[in-house]
Amino acid sequence: MPDEVIDCRGQRCPLPVIAAARRMPEVPVGTVVRVLADDPAAAVDIPAWCRMRGQEFLGSVNGPDGPAYDVRRTH
Amino acid sequence: MSASPVYLDAATAAPMHPVARQALLAALDDGWADPGKLYTQARRARQLLDAAREATALTLGVRADEVSFTPSGTTAAHGAVLGGLAGRRRVGSTLVHSAIEHSAVLHAAERHVGAGGTAAAVPVDRLGRLDLTAWSTAVRAPGVALAALITASHEVGTVQPVAEAAAACADMGVPLYVDAAQSVGRVPLPAGWSVLTASAHKWGGPPGVGVLAVRKGTRWESPWPADEREGGRTPGVVNLPAVVAAAASLRAAAADAAAEATRLAALVDRVRERVAVEVPDVEVVGDPVLRLPHLVTFSCLYVDGEALLHALDRRGFAVSSGSSCTSSTLRPSHVLEAMGVLSHGNVRVSLHRETTEADVERFLTELPGIVAGLRADAGVVGL
Ligand SMILES: Cc1ncc(COP(=O)(O)O)c(C=O)c1O
Repeated sequence: MPDEVIDCRGQRCPLPVIAAARRMPEVPVGTVVRVLADDPAAAVDIPAWCRMRGQEFLGSVNGPDGPAYDVRRTH
Repeated sequence: MSASPVYLDAATAAPMHPVARQALLAALDDGWADPGKLYTQARRARQLLDAAREATALTLGVRADEVSFTPSGTTAAHGAVLGGLAGRRRVGSTLVHSAIEHSAVLHAAERHVGAGGTAAAVPVDRLGRLDLTAWSTAVRAPGVALAALITASHEVGTVQPVAEAAAACADMGVPLYVDAAQSVGRVPLPAGWSVLTASAHKWGGPPGVGVLAVRKGTRWESPWPADEREGGRTPGVVNLPAVVAAAASLRAAAADAAAEATRLAALVDRVRERVAVEVPDVEVVGDPVLRLPHLVTFSCLYVDGEALLHALDRRGFAVSSGSSCTSSTLRPSHVLEAMGVLSHGNVRVSLHRETTEADVERFLTELPGIVAGLRADAGVVGL
């Protein structure tokens, strides 16, 4: 389960990625942040951002709130 | 402040080659009659059409009667896919294709699936190169009628392992269709294909001329209503002046191709190196070595692709983007998606015979400031 959720539904890329990037330094290392994003580009861009920034992409889930992407702060 | 324009979108449409312009003007006077008729004017038109076909066939390394001129690269691709499937419907109804085909091929595949057929997309790696193991498995499955592989990606420039893919097809007797739109007139063509398509405005010919080549012995059947013209492969009268211009410019482009490839590849290498160093948080995508000589793509983190295109345009630079924000469907580019690389803030720069070193230098000099400005506006500096 994620420790917290950022709701980026209705936002177009790159906004969900920017929201995740803003939040990450504010949470303790180890925290899992779930990004809710219905822009299909988020499915590509959130894992790509994790790769570029060395954060851990845990996977995507498609729940009642639509597509969601879990990221763990690793550093 | 107005800047002199620098056109860097040859992969969409290259500026017309001077030879194309000359041939077009001459053919407007000489080649307006219907080449299918029997009077003098028609015979002249027929000669022009025959000569254009011969020249094109020579450049492609095929026989003249294997070549048809279509109204665009898109219609050529549609015909290649649907005709290749129709010709082998007794064998099966599966189309195997790479995940990074041009939308023209994917839309033809959708039509096939809508009519009850099957399509299997084969993945690519992070560099945009076909997964050959998955491809071999896919073409070995029962009921494969046709396989489709782009010779080199129009979005990221990665050259595909066509010869190896063709060998896997040949083992199974599956015909291979190659979309060679970005290769013809620029780089040598791979071997092993049965059907090939190309598009004249990519090599400096006029827009609205495609080429469909079907090798002898290929089981290909026209998917269109019957028409005798162009070997029965594509209906309607050809735009003869444009076809004449396309053929003339193809010959000219092919004659200079090796020298141009060397010149442009060095400029592309410079773009790849400098962008990676001078623009922070950028991902230069595509294979660094096995690539087209004229095309380079990168994505800028946190930048909106459409805003970047407009900002570049205001500084006089015409480029293309695979970012979702610029497409009518609001989907990220299926090519960038298949590669798993950043899809926003994407820019494709593609060079042509008129591109100078100074053009590229000016682009490289201005780009970092333009990206920095957009990031500052969006408040994403330091993220
Ligand atoms: C690889 C590829 N295939 C097909 C096409 C379609 O060609 P045309 O623009 O002539 O319809 C293009 C150009 O967009 C292309 O780059």
